[in-house]
Amino acid sequence: MRYSALRVIKEALTGHKGWTPAWRDVAPQAHYDYIVIGGGGHGLATAYYLARDHGAKKVAVLEKGWIGGGNVGRNTTIIRSNYLLDGNEPFYEHSLKLWEGLEQDLNYNAMVSQRGILNLIHSDAQRDAFTRRGNAMILNGADADLLSTQTIQKRYPFINVDNARFPIKGGLAQHRGGTVRHDAVAWGYARAADQLGVDIIQNCEVTGFRIQGGTCLGVETSRGYIAGGKIAACVAGSSGRLMSKAGMRLPIESHVLQAFVSEGLKPVLPGVITFGAGHFYCSQSDKGGLVFGGDIDGYNSYAQRGNLPVVEDVCEGAMAIFPMLGRVRLLRMWGGIMDMSMDGSPIIDRTHIDGLYFNGGWCYGGFKATPASGWCYAHLLARDTPHEFAKAYRFDRFEKGQMIDEKGVGNNPQLH
Amino acid sequence: MIINHPLLGPRDSAEFTYMGDAKLIDRPDWQAPEALAQFIDYGYMRDNPDGAHRELWYHEQGDRSFLVVTRDTTTHEIFAVELARDVARSRGQSR
Ligand SMILES: Cc1cc2nc3c(=O)[nH]c(=O)nc-3n(C[C@H](O)[C@H](O)[C@H](O)COP(=O)(O)OP(=O)(O)OC[C@H]3O[C@@H](n4cnc5c(N)ncnc54)[C@H](O)[C@@H]3O)c2cc1C
Repeated sequence: MRYSALRVIKEALTGHKGWTPAWRDVAPQAHYDYIVIGGGGHGLATAYYLARDHGAKKVAVLEKGWIGGGNVGRNTTIIRSNYLLDGNEPFYEHSLKLWEGLEQDLNYNAMVSQRGILNLIHSDAQRDAFTRRGNAMILNGADADLLSTQTIQKRYPFINVDNARFPIKGGLAQHRGGTVRHDAVAWGYARAADQLGVDIIQNCEVTGFRIQGGTCLGVETSRGYIAGGKIAACVAGSSGRLMSKAGMRLPIESHVLQAFVSEGLKPVLPGVITFGAGHFYCSQSDKGGLVFGGDIDGYNSYAQRGNLPVVEDVCEGAMAIFPMLGRVRLLRMWGGIMDMSMDGSPIIDRTHIDGLYFNGGWCYGGFKATPASGWCYAHLLARDTPHEFAKAYRFDRFEKGQMIDEKGVGNNPQLH
Repeated sequence: MIINHPLLGPRDSAEFTYMGDAKLIDRPDWQAPEALAQFIDYGYMRDNPDGAHRELWYHEQGDRSFLVVTRDTTTHEIFAVELARDVARSRGQSR
């Protein structure tokens, strides 16, 4: 069924009886050409582009829980392409371009909103670093705009620019950045992939791999054995746990990241704003709630909940730049498990086992990457060569000394 | 989380800095023939298990000792806390 304004009006007049489920509920078949493990944003996008652009016929997405229950439905919904390094920036800029056309592609309202993102600057050194980053973005065809303190004060009168400890010295803005309704991304990709014949199988956990003579033949699941031509792992925070079943260790640690939403307010916050002296980022959802977050809790975790010290830290960051938030009440907070890689950059690569592929290491910035990750992973799966924009995302970059380390601080599983 | 420090008793985990898998105690010998492969493994690869995990916590806001904490990564429950010094010595290291 195609969605359109006309359809909405027709359904409104006929008691909404004509809507059908957005995707089919199917039982797994015995064999697929491609098995994507993980029905998050990345897995669903991968299946969609496999079917749409590479003519893949028999594709399944296996999801242990429900579509949208993982990080794709837990994140703070920020999209941007403000990276410095050559290995990253073309990839994220491609992703932003895909976001710009996503809703037409999928015929689904994902509420892509290019309300802009502003990274605040608090010191001269930070201004130098952000200027350099802005230049790298422009060289890669993205947009970047260095704002003065006066401009910031005029556009965002509620920001405290004279904080004694963290005065605001300017900001780097990307006006094409913004937010997207996160679970609509999962639903939109699921529906579009389903229409192209992809089987989306929920409540189907992969519990093991059948590997013979160095080749992966299929997966053991909670719904029985499923054979596959190519098996594509795409489980974000569960990467370590899943790949250990294929005997693999990864350059990844799993950590918990929390997010928060306040009670609904009238429009107070235009765009996304990030604090540059602590770790705090905030936007306002269309429903009115302030959506914000900060750092990971900082210890290995597979529990989708965090602890209180980080809550305090995030709220302190909020008060430092937005004193107006002091009286706002918190509505909800939750956690998601992040696949923290050793250089803060992802991996989209083959493994040493034939027929087994890996996509992970997204840290806590993988939502914005969803379209490009699916795009590039589908390319790798279909053609067995990395996509041009993802060719730096290799497993062997660590041993070869080619880490993609945006911050320049060396190997550390707490970057992003 | 409360970490039961072997010398100081129960302490808030916020006093500590997390340093990762306790296997980092076993720094490879740089003169071993396989040192390169061992250091790549040591620097980058992690077991990252769900369930019991032995890990290093540094009491940065306290007595600055390193602890080896055995903790369940799915529940945050702590099973054992040892001084990293004792663990290292039991593994034949001088300190
Ligand atoms: C609090 C928070 C805030 C964030 N904020 C942002 C942000 O503002 N901007 C941004 O760009 N990114 C953000 N991120 C990161 C982003 O959400 C993730 O990097 C991204 O969603 C990961 O890809 P995914 O959507 O495929 O993951 P997921 O949605 O987690 O998908 C993985 C799926 O695999 C399934 N799975 C796991 N194991 C198995 C198995 N054995 N068998 C079958 N299925 C399995 C899981 O159930 C899950 O549904 C944030 C994350 C969190 C938690």
